[in-house]
Order: sequence, then structure tokens, then C-alpha cells
Amino acid sequence: MTPDDWRPTGSLEHLRQRARMLAAIRRFFDESNVLEVETPLLCHGIGTDPQLAFFSTEFCFHPNRQMLYLQTSPEFSMKRLLAAGYGSFYQICKAFRNGESGRFHNPEFTLLEWYRVGFDLFQLMAEIDRLIQVVAKPFRTLQQTHTVHYQEIFRNYTGLDPLTFSASVYRGFAERAGLPEAVSICENDHALWLDFLFSHCVQPHLGEDHLSMVYGFPACQSSLARLNADNPAITDRVEIFIDGVELGNGFYELCNADEQEARFDKEIEFRACNGLPPVDKDRRFLRALESGLPDCSGMAIGLDRLLMVMTGAESIEQVLAFPVDRA
Amino acid sequence: MATFSTNEFKAGLKVMLDGDPAAIIENEFVKPGKGQAFNRVKIRNLKTGRVIERTFKSGESLEGADVVDIEMQYLYNDGQFRHFMVPDTFEQYQADEKAVGDAGLWLKDQDMCTVTLWNDVPLSMTPANFVELAITETDPGVRGDTSGGGGKPAVLETGAVVRVPLFVQTGEVIKVDTRTGEYVSRVKE
Repeated sequence: MTPDDWRPTGSLEHLRQRARMLAAIRRFFDESNVLEVETPLLCHGIGTDPQLAFFSTEFCFHPNRQMLYLQTSPEFSMKRLLAAGYGSFYQICKAFRNGESGRFHNPEFTLLEWYRVGFDLFQLMAEIDRLIQVVAKPFRTLQQTHTVHYQEIFRNYTGLDPLTFSASVYRGFAERAGLPEAVSICENDHALWLDFLFSHCVQPHLGEDHLSMVYGFPACQSSLARLNADNPAITDRVEIFIDGVELGNGFYELCNADEQEARFDKEIEFRACNGLPPVDKDRRFLRALESGLPDCSGMAIGLDRLLMVMTGAESIEQVLAFPVDRA
Repeated sequence: MATFSTNEFKAGLKVMLDGDPAAIIENEFVKPGKGQAFNRVKIRNLKTGRVIERTFKSGESLEGADVVDIEMQYLYNDGQFRHFMVPDTFEQYQADEKAVGDAGLWLKDQDMCTVTLWNDVPLSMTPANFVELAITETDPGVRGDTSGGGGKPAVLETGAVVRVPLFVQTGEVIKVDTRTGEYVSRVKE
């Protein structure tokens, strides 16, 4: 505690810019006839993704006590609305991820998430592009959007094929690239190698002064995306970047309840083997999938980071009123 | 010694890396939305002075290094070791040329400097930002030149060579910025 730590870290100008950005997003979806919804932040179920740590709390309703979780994203609730046939909608809400704090991370952050019934990945990407251009307009001029396949961009910067794993070839590259520590960190874990090499060697080059959309992620990288119909080694997933900053992630959504449950089981087992907190499958979400999810695509964008790249802020603190260490 | 997790890697923290003491310069949390979290760390090897970048899996930890910076007075050079003293305690330390490094070029008897100790043994030293040293040898300059343009080399009492303006003469004391090795001004006796 310091005498000055009651003060906001974000300037009034940044808060005004945030309000303007939120208004532009709401106008964009309103004009597209996409409904704004709210779903619970406190949920009985939570994602099984081993890479996402959650906050939990207890609902005390005498004489009962129930464990509840702060959502890591509104995905499950929103898909239940989709399964109920409520159409296309968007949400601007807080999401919570434990253990994440840094120049681009705050454990509590603002997320824009939307779902479009009947959209495939490319229709979704076209809409993302339109949205980002609208949001950017009052802030900065973006150059032509760049759309590229994961395999191609990965090859461009590493010379490696992301779909074919060879420990010795990957190791050789890491050593040449001055990243020998990758060898002991990643061992024989293909997905981990891809995370490491993509975030160190590819991502920093993406989206310099423009929106970059990378699609077609290797299947080992995505738990909720649909496998590509023509090539099951990749998924219909897109990630977007500006100035090397990862801003969001979207899927042509997986609708198959059995496939989804199998992926949950795999992640639950991984959690057990790696000493991570156990979680239960979200039964309501699975039942919603069983009852039938319409063909749809969905996207989530971190709005704090979007505001950072729009305003040129160096740190997420500059665009938040109070980051976690002043909360 | 305590261990420190990647979340505790703040600038200035001293840790052991590959058997050498090192100081954290920068620590960036890198996490793909759907992937493994890493910490990309810029770190200085305190033995060699080299700065490297190294990535850790978030949550990994490193052992702390017993490294402290202490203000000491430089006493003398016995030919093999330089000797230093902590003014408050009169405790004395000797350092070999490897630990002294380039700082030796700026050390004059009685001057204060910062000695970095690793496990209570001098590891490196940093001279004061500004030192005042006498010129032992320089070409006679041109009288009346006060512009400072051009300049000439001058050998100082510690053996260091710096560029000085033409009007500065042998025997004069000058002020030097040790961080850049550049002449600052003449010092009036």
C-alpha cells in the first residue's frame, strides 16, 4: 500500500476512449440486428481447459453451500441460449482468469463475445474485419487486413511444418533461433512446441499497423472448434492480431455433444495427471449441445487489449481504471 | 537461499542461472489465450555482464543469489589484488582483476565505489558516475583554443585514456563520466 494507490492508473482520456469504443461496438451490432444479452458471471460449471485457471467462491444459502465459479468466458451460457433457439447475440462482460497478470493481462478483464447463427468461419472473419475497422476509425488508420493460414505463416517464420511434429527438427530450429530452453520446456509435447514457437517467433510479426487474421489452427490446439471438413488435421479457428498483440479468438463451433464430452474427458484427465484443480463437466452445457446447437460461429475479443492497440497504450494498466493491484 | 517463482521476477532481483549469479532486467508474461503461459525474461549475467533473453514456463522458479551491492573505499593495489574497505565497519575485501574489470581504469586511492559481493566475495565493481583524475601525459595543445572541437588523447593517473579538448594540459585535473568514458570538464584546484 502506498499513499497514492487509491488513484486510478487509467487517465480520464483513456476512460473516455473506452466509453466511445463500447458505444461503437453496441451500435455496430445493433445495426446488424444482433441482440445484446447478459448471462451469469457466477456459474455452477466451468471450462475444463487446463490452460485456464479459475476463481471459485461459495454460495451460502442456509442451510446449503454451493461452489460457484467466476466465468473464464461466457461461452457455455451463450451456447445454451443458442441451443434454446434465441438466435444471434453478443455480450460485453467481465471474464476472470486466475494467475494472469502482466503488461497484457489482468485477471479480471472485459470481453466482447458474439455468436452468429448460420455463419461459417469465413463469414465470421468478414464480420470481424468490419467491426475492427469501425472501432479503429476514430483512433487510427489500419492498413489492408491480412488473412493467412496458420500453416503458411508458421512456415514463413520458422521453416517448420506445424502439422507434422518431429522432435529433432523442432529442436534443431529452436537451437538455431537462440531458444535452446524450448527443448527442455516443450520436450515431446507438440501442442506446447507450437505455443512456444508461435508466441516467440511468429506472433511478434503479426499485424504491424493492420489487422491480421490467422485461421486453420492445428487440431491439437483447440478444444471447442470444429475439425475442418476437408482436412481433419486442422480446425476452423481464427485468431486476430494487431501490432503483434493477440486480441481474440473465434471458432466455427463444435456442435457434436459426444465429441465435446470426449474432449472434456481428455482435459479432465490431463488436469488429474498434472496436479491441476479438478473440475466437473458442465452438464447443463452438454445437455444443451445434446438438444442441438444450431450451425454457428462465435468470436471473443479482449476489449482492454483492443483499446491498448487503438490508443497505443504500453500497458493494460493505462486503459483500466483500477488494475488488480489497486482493485 | 529462497527460491523465486516467475511471478516474483522483478527488475533487480538476483537469481542463480546456469550456475552464475544474474540480475533480472525485464520480465514479460506471455500467454496465448488458448495455450501455455510463459515468462520471457531479460537477465544479466553478473559475472560476464552479458544480457540474455530466456523463456521460462510460468510457475517455474530459480534459486535466489546472495548478491549485494556495498559502498566501499578503494585502498590500494598490491599488484595482484585491489583492496577495498567498508567505511562503517573497516571490513576489508580483496578483488582480483577479473572482478575489477574496466572499473580499474577509474579507481584512484581513497575514492568510493560500489562493490558487488557474491557469497561475500567481490564479483564486480562500479566506479562513481563521475571521477576526478589528473592528466599524466597529453600533447601540448594550441593556446587560445577554447572551442573543444577536435580534441586529443590524454593519459590519466589511473592509466585510462580519454579524449580532452586541445587546451587541457598535462598535470591538470579533469572530471570524467565513467559510464561513457568521456571528458566533462576541468576541475579548478
